[in-house]
Amino acid sequence: MNRRRLFAVIRKEVIQILRDRRTLISVITLPIVQLMLYGYLSNDITHIATAVFDESHTLESRTLLNAFTNTTYVDLDYYTSTFDQVRRLIDGGQAKIGIWIPPDYASRLRSGRTAQVEVIVDASEPTSARTVLGIASEIGQELSTQLVIQQTQRLTGGAPSALPIDVRARAWYNPTLENVNFLVPGTIAIVLMFVTTFQAIIVIVRERELGTMEQLVVTPITALELMLGKVIPLVGLGYVQITLTLFLASAWFHVPIKGSLLLLYAMSLVFFFSTLGIGALVSTVSKTFQQAAQMTQLILLPGILLSGFIFPRESLPRALQILGSIMPLTYFVTIIRGIMIKGVGFPDLWRQIVPMMVIGIVVFAAAISRFQKRVD
Amino acid sequence: MSDRPAAVRARDLTRTFGAFVAVDHLNFEIPSGAVWGFLGPNGAGKSTTIRMLCGILSPTAGGADVLGYDVARDPEAIKARIGYMSQRFSLYDDLTVDENLAFFAGVYGLSRPEARDRSAEWIARADLRGRERTLAGTLSGGWKQRLALGCAVLHRPRMVFLDEPTSGVDPVSRREFWDLIGQFAEDGVTVMVTTHYMDEAEHCDTLAFIFGGRIIAMGTPDEIERREMSGALFEIMTAQYGMALDALSHVPEVHEAALFGRAIHVTVQDPDTAIPAIRKALADRGVLVDTVRPVAPSLEDAFVSLVERPGAGTPQAPAEGRP
Repeated sequence: MNRRRLFAVIRKEVIQILRDRRTLISVITLPIVQLMLYGYLSNDITHIATAVFDESHTLESRTLLNAFTNTTYVDLDYYTSTFDQVRRLIDGGQAKIGIWIPPDYASRLRSGRTAQVEVIVDASEPTSARTVLGIASEIGQELSTQLVIQQTQRLTGGAPSALPIDVRARAWYNPTLENVNFLVPGTIAIVLMFVTTFQAIIVIVRERELGTMEQLVVTPITALELMLGKVIPLVGLGYVQITLTLFLASAWFHVPIKGSLLLLYAMSLVFFFSTLGIGALVSTVSKTFQQAAQMTQLILLPGILLSGFIFPRESLPRALQILGSIMPLTYFVTIIRGIMIKGVGFPDLWRQIVPMMVIGIVVFAAAISRFQKRVD
Repeated sequence: MSDRPAAVRARDLTRTFGAFVAVDHLNFEIPSGAVWGFLGPNGAGKSTTIRMLCGILSPTAGGADVLGYDVARDPEAIKARIGYMSQRFSLYDDLTVDENLAFFAGVYGLSRPEARDRSAEWIARADLRGRERTLAGTLSGGWKQRLALGCAVLHRPRMVFLDEPTSGVDPVSRREFWDLIGQFAEDGVTVMVTTHYMDEAEHCDTLAFIFGGRIIAMGTPDEIERREMSGALFEIMTAQYGMALDALSHVPEVHEAALFGRAIHVTVQDPDTAIPAIRKALADRGVLVDTVRPVAPSLEDAFVSLVERPGAGTPQAPAEGRP
């Protein structure tokens, strides 16, 4: 490899990147816009509009409703005077939840009988419906337990008795179970993958479309020098993008970065080389930008679904798991989540790092060997 | 000129694309330091030949040596020693004149100071001064062409391939360009240049006419004009050239008749019998003739004569009397 030739290509690419302001601006703003979109989409289900038909109007019924609002999942937006109004609010979509407390609620409780409460959920959107149903039965359990304890105390007149079983569930790494902590790191990985892959395609296919490739292949430049010279400035651009998106994730969405930023940056280098390698490989086998772009989407889009970004990889059929394991994204999603959310280091991540490196080297080597310094 | 080694030696050089034979068993030698013109209509096989000689297209059969290296076995050795410029002026439009020169200097392995010196030298020589910071994309044809040539020769190659370097460029720029090529020859650089402008061919030491993938004539411009134009050439001026051409096609004494601008050129074997026959044939058809006068044949006449000759496009023995 000749240093002068490599530097000539790097210098030229940097000038071209900086001179094409419009592309530069979109390459920098695109990851930010994407991250904002995903960040807000991943907002947890809270403050669901709720209609209440409280026929009891007692201290007991208010205690129950408070238990609902305390979860922050529901907002008691509508108090109605008939059940029919509740139905109409849910039918019309103004409310997603209806709560009906019958007139004998308090009296039945006081007399030690079972009191009924009805919670209606609009389940046409199953994710929030599931959440609300879970919360409703949890609140019921909680309040019942308290009442039972109070009654037992009153009957025995003794000290408060403890519950026989105490399940202490702990959510590690993401104790408040926030979706944003799960989705934002993965989103950063996906956005970086798309932008770097397409950048590689642009800088290689552009030479061919403008006819400058024909000039380059009659010079003594080697495929390795040309590819490295084109990819190195894009790695730099990739670092600008990851820095911006990480800053946004932590400053705006308050996603923690618990692990080593240095390790994350080092792993990004491996990731960039593999995604840029995919871009380079695709552009050496396709003739036009259109063709290259289509081929890339064909590879990258299923890659997202198989990467564990949204669906856990364990739930995928075996064949799809294997298919996912040849995508660099799969490893980088685990790595970036591990470093940001779990704060783990190299000893816990080498199982991801090694295959990602191997994929990067293989793809890049394939791109270089596929690149012919010929026009036939 | 057998005292100088050949810069290019083609042996049955052949290239097919599917069933289409683009280049068909070419045999020729280009002596070192020659300006070798490669003439022919579009699609005759000029660019295909040049691409094979530059090592970016592999021959289907036969082969060639360039500067002593085999085009199929050693293309990279050739690439380091030649300069190539295509009709597309493959420059980076978004880079300035200086940046384009610096990039190609670097790609050919020149050091920064070398690159700076030679760029400055070329800018002076090619009259590009004052445009160092102009984007190549905003240059007009002639400037672009001279910049592209500079990018191809900054590393001082011993051989330069120019594929239709003057297409789409104004006549003044074309003349200036040929002056630059003349300077290469003085420095001992071998030049192989393709063109379809016949007037440019006069600048070459040797010409080869390629047609249908075959070389149909080769020699110095003078030789080709004389040898290929057996008989005498006459120019007929008339306003009714359509009718005149038709009438002439029925005169047995006329070898060839072709339209040249606003005149008709005819070749005849024996003017003493042919001219009266021509005048009579034209008069019979009612064609008003302004003048009939003998003219010196140009290369263009020679080329028409070659292409229209029965059997053009069949392999022919290398022209004798090669320089």
